[in-house]
Amino acid sequence: MKLSPLEQAMLDGEMGAARQWAVRHQLQVGRMFDAKDMVEVSQAHMMADPESIGVAGVALFEAFAALPETERRVHIPMITDPRGVDLSYYQPLGQTEEMADLERRFVAACLKLGILLTDTCINYQTIMPPVQGENVAYGDTGVVIYTNSVCGARSNFEGGPSALAAGLTGRTPRYGLHLDQHRQATCRFVIRQQPEGLTDWGVLGAVIGRKAGSYWEVPVIEGIERVPNSDEIKHMGAAMASYGSTPLFHIVGITPECQTLSDVSGDKLRSEEVTKSDIDELRRPFGAKGEKVDVVVFAAPQLSLVEMQQVANLCRGKTIHSGTDLLVCTPPSVYVDAERMGLVDMIETFGAKVLQGTCFYQQYAREIGEANGWKRLLSNSTKIVNILGGYGYQPALASMEDCIASAVAGEII
Amino acid sequence: MEEELKCHVGIGGVVEGEALVANDNFSARYDLDRIKGVFSRPTHALAGQSYKDKILVFNTAKGGVASAWMLHEMTARGIAPKAILFNAANTILAQGAALAGMTMCDRFADGDVTTLISTGDFVTVYPEQGRVVVKRKGI
Repeated sequence: MKLSPLEQAMLDGEMGAARQWAVRHQLQVGRMFDAKDMVEVSQAHMMADPESIGVAGVALFEAFAALPETERRVHIPMITDPRGVDLSYYQPLGQTEEMADLERRFVAACLKLGILLTDTCINYQTIMPPVQGENVAYGDTGVVIYTNSVCGARSNFEGGPSALAAGLTGRTPRYGLHLDQHRQATCRFVIRQQPEGLTDWGVLGAVIGRKAGSYWEVPVIEGIERVPNSDEIKHMGAAMASYGSTPLFHIVGITPECQTLSDVSGDKLRSEEVTKSDIDELRRPFGAKGEKVDVVVFAAPQLSLVEMQQVANLCRGKTIHSGTDLLVCTPPSVYVDAERMGLVDMIETFGAKVLQGTCFYQQYAREIGEANGWKRLLSNSTKIVNILGGYGYQPALASMEDCIASAVAGEII
Repeated sequence: MEEELKCHVGIGGVVEGEALVANDNFSARYDLDRIKGVFSRPTHALAGQSYKDKILVFNTAKGGVASAWMLHEMTARGIAPKAILFNAANTILAQGAALAGMTMCDRFADGDVTTLISTGDFVTVYPEQGRVVVKRKGI
């Protein structure tokens, strides 16, 4: 890989041990994916919950945090994905002091590095959405697919270590979705059944992700008759990335790089219909009408302020069933607004709990499930029901309205 | 008898060990009990088997970004595979290998690596050269 004089200086250790580690890391990754050089990025977004990084990961951050200030601070604005522990509410969930301590140590180290603890996977709605053509280094798969597809900005899936490296150096190896050729469509789908509501959009995304099936496939979608709003396309992208490792999709006439099919070379591809039976088949494992529901979860992605209002309105004047719990995950910035506007109070008067800065599946989902006896889980998120099967849950999928009605009834309606 | 396989230039140092192969995909978060060092997801082709010090061979990587940290966490505790070989890695697993100092290669010239290598074969991986030497089990 060709390095600029600045990058070479970082590699030679002239700018400290953290940046030297970062460039070495980037060289290894760049070589594996045939990057010829680096591309400057304007923001980094890092996924790093304590369950994933473990004691060894926290120690790495603490080693960097101990460096002199000029050597340890990140070079560009760097933000964080949801945390694993809401430090204002963890004991009632069955999370341990050991988990909370790891979280506290990590937070302290991040602050010394100059990292902004936004704790959000919807930064494109709440922090600073990237602009078309902007190169960034983002973590969470749902963030990356939205950034590439809806914003027209450019990012690979940057796992935590690579996002940290990008934050420290202000660049990332130029491969994958930073290059025009990897943003062209490779598969083409036609929609016949229009999605209605967040869950439908998620299921549609999941069907397409499953059909596309790999990081290196780019679906182009035809037949969508209505421009989705940000929450709808957020659910679509998050589910597509979850089922297919898909980092980018195009919708003809809607997403910015694809005003016409030929803009992404989609006209050269054979099209495949997404049928009602595809949709029904994806939903089938997640139906459980009439069964007792242990916990209802709104998360993955975290809720926007608009979704918080929708949940609050559905909760108004009702009470949750005594045998059911309900958790809502939202970024700290949305929480503050929702609290100020009375939405948190409406949701919690119903008997639910609003968590700040976490996302259910990233907060020791297996351990809190066991601690609370949660098996049957209901959500309107197609992404979360896909993930949680591997964590000992029996997940079911329903619209936001039916989730609340089920929480009232104590069984899936 | 030794056989040499060509692949794309990979990550990490030269390692050797016994292969554990599956025509399946891999996620550190969803497939492993990382404390016990075994494959724990019931539907995984290697369910119940230990991965410690093995050269793992899979089709591709799947799942979210957490695996990028987890290889490092596993290596730090000394309960980790020595290397992972894929037909096609994704960005997350490659980044995780780079952090962990774990050896990883993909894109094999002669086709499907999950059929080119069998469980129990003795494998030496040269990631810098894009080369894997396989000594067949029992030969």
